[in-house]
Amino acid sequence: MTIALPTRHDEEWHYAPVEVLAGLKALPEAQHILVAAGETHPVYKCVSTGSASKVDIQRYQIDIAADARCEAFFLLTGGGYKRLDIDVTLAEGAHFELGAVGIGRAEEVTEIVTRLRHVAPGATSNQVMRGVAMDTATITMIGRIDVARQAQQTDAALGVKGLLLDRTATINARPELEIYADDVKCAHGCAIGQLDEMALFYAQQRGLPMATARNLLMQAFVAEAYGAIGDAKWREHMTGYAEAALRGTF
Amino acid sequence: MLQINNLHATVADKPILKGLSLSINAGEIHAIMGPNGAGKSTLGYVLSGRPGYEVTGGSVTFSPLPLAGGAGGGPETGTSLSGPPLTPPAGGRGMDLLELDPHERAAAGLFLGFQYPVEIPGVSNVQFLREALNAQRKARGEAPLSGGDFLKLARAQADAMGMDMEMLKRPVNVGFSGGEKKRNEMVQMGILDPKLAVLDETDSGLDIDALRVVGEGINRIMRRPDKAVLLITHYQRLLDYVQPDFVHVLADGRITRSGGPELALELEREGYRELAA
Repeated sequence: MTIALPTRHDEEWHYAPVEVLAGLKALPEAQHILVAAGETHPVYKCVSTGSASKVDIQRYQIDIAADARCEAFFLLTGGGYKRLDIDVTLAEGAHFELGAVGIGRAEEVTEIVTRLRHVAPGATSNQVMRGVAMDTATITMIGRIDVARQAQQTDAALGVKGLLLDRTATINARPELEIYADDVKCAHGCAIGQLDEMALFYAQQRGLPMATARNLLMQAFVAEAYGAIGDAKWREHMTGYAEAALRGTF
Repeated sequence: MLQINNLHATVADKPILKGLSLSINAGEIHAIMGPNGAGKSTLGYVLSGRPGYEVTGGSVTFSPLPLAGGAGGGPETGTSLSGPPLTPPAGGRGMDLLELDPHERAAAGLFLGFQYPVEIPGVSNVQFLREALNAQRKARGEAPLSGGDFLKLARAQADAMGMDMEMLKRPVNVGFSGGEKKRNEMVQMGILDPKLAVLDETDSGLDIDALRVVGEGINRIMRRPDKAVLLITHYQRLLDYVQPDFVHVLADGRITRSGGPELALELEREGYRELAA
């Protein structure tokens, strides 16, 4: 399925540099993932275009059947325009777990956009998005959660945090909740800030050079997105890739 | 070990230290007492190089004694000190502390015990301290401590402070009570094994039992012929456990009175108002 090229009028593309899409005939097709009832499906993926002129749009359409789980973890880093677009539909008792990290430097543009459709009762979701923007990079994180009228006992959490390392960098963060059921829990948090100066000084006073102290705090910041990875080996992999991306050696 | 001469410092253009002079020798414990707003914490921050604390005049010279038995002296080897050389390192002039970055001051042997120890989510105490210690050792040209050796050292120091090793595996100070944070400062001090410790109200927020444990920790780690302590405190009670050799009154940015341990008792009795004037 392809859709026509979006414009800035499309809510979910509001912050996107739509002009870079001009070279495309259509958006790439979404990858379908169907998680069968009772099963658990993990996704681990690093998205890196590698070149400042390249565009990489990754679209996922995920259907999670009753009592099934999808646990998806992403790292977006490197040149050009990268967009992660995830559309999830949760059946009764299903769970969706997301940990997504965007690390941008130079003029890179990174977007993490999710839309969760809680359409049946008792489904749960937890999304952790972390963005670290340096130089004149732009990171956009949009998390939309729709809770249908029949989706009682939905428990959805969305945490979006951005770290601005330079005054010239940009982070857009937009949690969106549309709730039609009346017996649900929907928690969302959104914060954009800088490295904690007092923590930096504390680390320096204990002997860490400034650059090391900054790295340590940044690593801790992005690691929050991968805390829910149950498989220790994969958690280490993803954290390691993110640390390399922070150092600029991905 | 530390020579502060006519030190002036401002915070956000406001003068806080106004000509402070103080001399601390190896083997000595000094207590600085004084009313709120006198500049006590500022002194600690200026000495450790916190950004935003601007020195506008004066000098600070730091002359730590060379390590006993050469490089690689952890706390264990430190105890074997018999006759420490009582001269500063080569050149005999010491270093201009104010020229150094905060981490260089730490590597040179300066430790600041924070009045409000900072929480660092996502970084375990063990990782934090191991990286800090090895960064210091690297700066001093010493070999890094292996993971096993570090854990042994950390466990010994945590045990000595009555802190559960499990707490050392938790993120730095996150979810710690006030007393646990101060205890953790002492564990850190034990692991980093500094030459000069500036302890900023390490006694605040402690109950009586914790105060004793912290006091004993200071004595155990720092009461050595090659080390010195500057205790910043409001109250006499910590000084019951850590006997100072000298007590100073800091008021309005300078030392207004100095004396022996009896001065602390006098202050407790009379208050600062009488003595600071």
